[in-house]
Amino acid sequence: MPIDKFVTLQTSVVPLPIENVDTDQIIPARFLKATTKEGFGDNLFCDWRYEKDGTPKADFVLNDPTYSGPILVAGKNFGSGSSREHAAWAVAGYGFKAVVSSFFADIFRGNSLNNGVLPVQVSEAFLAKIFAEVEKDPKAEVKIDLENQTITLIPTGESESFEINGYKKKCLLNGYDDIDYLLSIKDKIQAFEKQAVKF
Amino acid sequence: MAGKTLFDKVWDSHVVEAIENGPNVLYIDRHFVHEVTSPQAFAGVKERGVGVFRPNQVLATPDHNIPTINQDQPIKDQLSAHQVDTLTKNCEENNVTLYGLGHEYNGIVHVVGPEQGITQPGMTMVCGDSHTSTHGAFGSIAFGIGTSEVEMTLATQCIMQPKPKSMRINIEGELGAGVTAKDIVLYVISKLTTSGGTGYFVEFAGSAIRALSMEGRMTVCNMSIEMGARGGMIAPDETTFEYIKGRRNAPTGEQWEKAVAYWKTLPTDADAKFDLELTYEAADIEPQITYGTNPGMGTGITQNIPSLDTIEEASKKTYLQSMKYMGFEPGDKLEGKKVDYVFLGSCTNGRIEDLRVFAEAVKGKKKADNITAWIVPGSRLVEKQAIEEGIKETLEAAGFELRQPGCSACLAMNDDKIPAGKYAVATSNRNFEGRQGPGSRTLLASPLTAAAAAVTGVIADPRKVFNL
Repeated sequence: MPIDKFVTLQTSVVPLPIENVDTDQIIPARFLKATTKEGFGDNLFCDWRYEKDGTPKADFVLNDPTYSGPILVAGKNFGSGSSREHAAWAVAGYGFKAVVSSFFADIFRGNSLNNGVLPVQVSEAFLAKIFAEVEKDPKAEVKIDLENQTITLIPTGESESFEINGYKKKCLLNGYDDIDYLLSIKDKIQAFEKQAVKF
Repeated sequence: MAGKTLFDKVWDSHVVEAIENGPNVLYIDRHFVHEVTSPQAFAGVKERGVGVFRPNQVLATPDHNIPTINQDQPIKDQLSAHQVDTLTKNCEENNVTLYGLGHEYNGIVHVVGPEQGITQPGMTMVCGDSHTSTHGAFGSIAFGIGTSEVEMTLATQCIMQPKPKSMRINIEGELGAGVTAKDIVLYVISKLTTSGGTGYFVEFAGSAIRALSMEGRMTVCNMSIEMGARGGMIAPDETTFEYIKGRRNAPTGEQWEKAVAYWKTLPTDADAKFDLELTYEAADIEPQITYGTNPGMGTGITQNIPSLDTIEEASKKTYLQSMKYMGFEPGDKLEGKKVDYVFLGSCTNGRIEDLRVFAEAVKGKKKADNITAWIVPGSRLVEKQAIEEGIKETLEAAGFELRQPGCSACLAMNDDKIPAGKYAVATSNRNFEGRQGPGSRTLLASPLTAAAAAVTGVIADPRKVFNL
């Protein structure tokens, strides 16, 4: 089943300068009772975003109209904790196409890629510069070019390259998913099974 | 050529294909499934019209969402009930073995796999749950996956993974009295932080690890993910073989001999190299407790919460937010702080040995009046054994109640929620904001430290409370 093709983004961003944002903050466990992938975006960062009675907390960045854009910029070690893909569905469901941080938890990184959301890992220094520019001007733009694996802070012109393996890059640029690939090599999988150690 | 690590041996023997400049296609021997992270995966397989490829290698059990009382009655929460029913329907449609609610083998998936003898050395195992790392205690490669990967595994029995880097953590020497497997792992996480293991697969080794029971080893591997590592593993040895022998799905007769001979080839070769190797002294570890909102924020129970001047400049804002959430001040003494709830259970510490330790400690004492305690066995078999061994009786005499199995207050998807603002000493694995219910404040610790809190009503050093 195809995922959205990733196209070059140049846009303002949503800053979340908090470290170690775990998957329980991205989507609390009580929202994991659904049996479909839809609707998780409404509860992204729920406990930071809403009061108990459901009214939006004015001081949380998603409720602040000053900030907008399909790029989330977060403090280091984003997505630690549980393997819940619901966290990636929530980030994608809200409309984010990329998350920028100086460090990502492994499982969240994989889940994001499987849902067409690009994790962009930058240096601590570059992350600090993005936060600083956005603080000066909330409309400061960032450009993410997957083809060339670069991220550019438009107001200063500074740029960094980021890593992604060639296979995943191809998947994102073309909208392919892993299952289609695995199904295409089923003969090979069956041949593997015949020689495997079993007791 | 340098020797191979335990991890290399198991990984390399499961690579179906290595994609150039990309991940490996890794064959999966055993796939565990629960109700929360599987419905979208079963739906995906159905939509693609491919079905479940190897149903005999999949085992399902509902655990995250189920109540821990009155399990004989219908689940009241409609959404939870629907998710559990969906799992039942999906298993029926796809010929997947299900230990449903009320089944004699039902329980937390990571407790059930080992006790059924399904978890064995040298295997690759996945589950849509990050604590799948638990199974690594047997010398298997076991790790948590997202729902897209659950779908891949259902459809093809394979997933695509880049090979992680290798790390060995050695714990050498003897643990002091009152110091347990849980304290080892909380100590290591406090040193490494929650991201120190990211990108790595960890082998735990050293004399203190070798001396642990299988239950203790599972506790250590269980929390590998809390240091950011994808998984942890421990070389199989006689302790491992002894645990597996005779279990329902263990090999028998000649097959058993062959299996053991193979398992003995798995430990890391003497000349193998790790990308990173760390060594800690067991004697330096005291009973641990966390004070903040991630599992890396932990310390020895006699210590104070770190003062602000010890925190890196860039992390101060996050640290203060964490302190505010917990209702603590940097520099506070931990011992003596009031506790409201005690939770014994979870895939980290919900096995029979954990219940034994807790019961033995509280025997002849009384639950403190200010404490609400939830004692939740990890499986129906653990519950049964606890009754047979007299643990239930001991607990009841001390004012505690043994509940029915499930994930319970570890992630509070059922009714077992810690109220906002209340403090819980929990034997589970995560102390994130709201983890045990909106506004809940979690202090992670061992079953023994939980017992000390349960009888004193405060954070207390079990060595002092129980004269160890």
